[in-house]
Amino acid sequence: MHASLCDFLSDIAQNAIESGASLVEVAIIENDQAVAFSVKDNGKGMSEEVRQKVTDPFYTDGIKHKKRTVGLGIPFLIQAVEAVEGEFTLDSQEGKGTLVTFKFPLHHIDCPPVGNIPLTILSMLSFSGAYEMVVSRQLQLPKASDGYTVVRSEMEAILGDFSSSGTLQLLRTYLQSQEAALDDLRTGSVWRPG
Amino acid sequence: MIYEPALFGDPDEEAGMAKMTLEELRKLRDSKKFAIKKRDIEGKDTQIIVGMGTCGIAAGAKVVLDAFLQELDAQQLENVSVTQSGCMGLCYVEPTVEVIAPDMPPVIYGKVDAAVAKTIIRDHIMHKKMVSDHVFDRPSVDIIKDGGK
Repeated sequence: MHASLCDFLSDIAQNAIESGASLVEVAIIENDQAVAFSVKDNGKGMSEEVRQKVTDPFYTDGIKHKKRTVGLGIPFLIQAVEAVEGEFTLDSQEGKGTLVTFKFPLHHIDCPPVGNIPLTILSMLSFSGAYEMVVSRQLQLPKASDGYTVVRSEMEAILGDFSSSGTLQLLRTYLQSQEAALDDLRTGSVWRPG
Repeated sequence: MIYEPALFGDPDEEAGMAKMTLEELRKLRDSKKFAIKKRDIEGKDTQIIVGMGTCGIAAGAKVVLDAFLQELDAQQLENVSVTQSGCMGLCYVEPTVEVIAPDMPPVIYGKVDAAVAKTIIRDHIMHKKMVSDHVFDRPSVDIIKDGGK
């Protein structure tokens, strides 16, 4: 089972990338009560029959791994959501794409930690393949809000090939600086005019 | 039709936090490029592939990926190829990492954590010596016994 909420996001985002999508849109939106994630792709989508089966841990389409008889990404997520009375939705149309959303109440005693968001965004952006990805990250607190958006093609145009460790180090530094600003907002170390 | 739920309503557009801008990122990239040009680094043909399937993620593959990036940075190796793959089929020893380096046989390491990742950089990539305790696939046993030499 995954250790953090970001691990679930990595899993679902990888499904989107591997669905043949040319565009994957990810949102990570947090307030003082909950954190919500959405992953939307324009990949191959699912038929109604497949959509009903993907919640079964003993179902896989067998394309990625010929001898594999389990598919655990979505079942893991649903189990975790149900354990903390969160929310999960899956909407998909064959040939059009898929949208997965999930929300976790942060103050539930069994809610896993959010995890390392910059590292998760880095791993989503640098997964192999020719796809566009837009990641929108928002922190919405009662007195102030902030956020950032990362576009894969824009980062690649600035930094170069994502397979180079030097590029990934720069991307890591950039993402950490964005998230650090949100941490400052969360801890109240930055004064923001009301 | 795919609907888009309003997760928490409209996000606040307010900006102004002191965080790195794209222009600052460009400048940082340019300064690093200059440093790379000055240093004829070894390891241009080296590849590190981190297994990032469900099993890998659950076992801590992202922490391993981060450890590789940190150690490569610490050792000033900036041109190693670091990529991700899905499950490599060795779910029982996740996180798994394949390392392909010049003058070394390709290796799949298993049960890799942050400390092992650092050892792989220093021993396997920098000193051409396999980390035998964590070899789980690829080279034959006689190669492993000899420490990869």
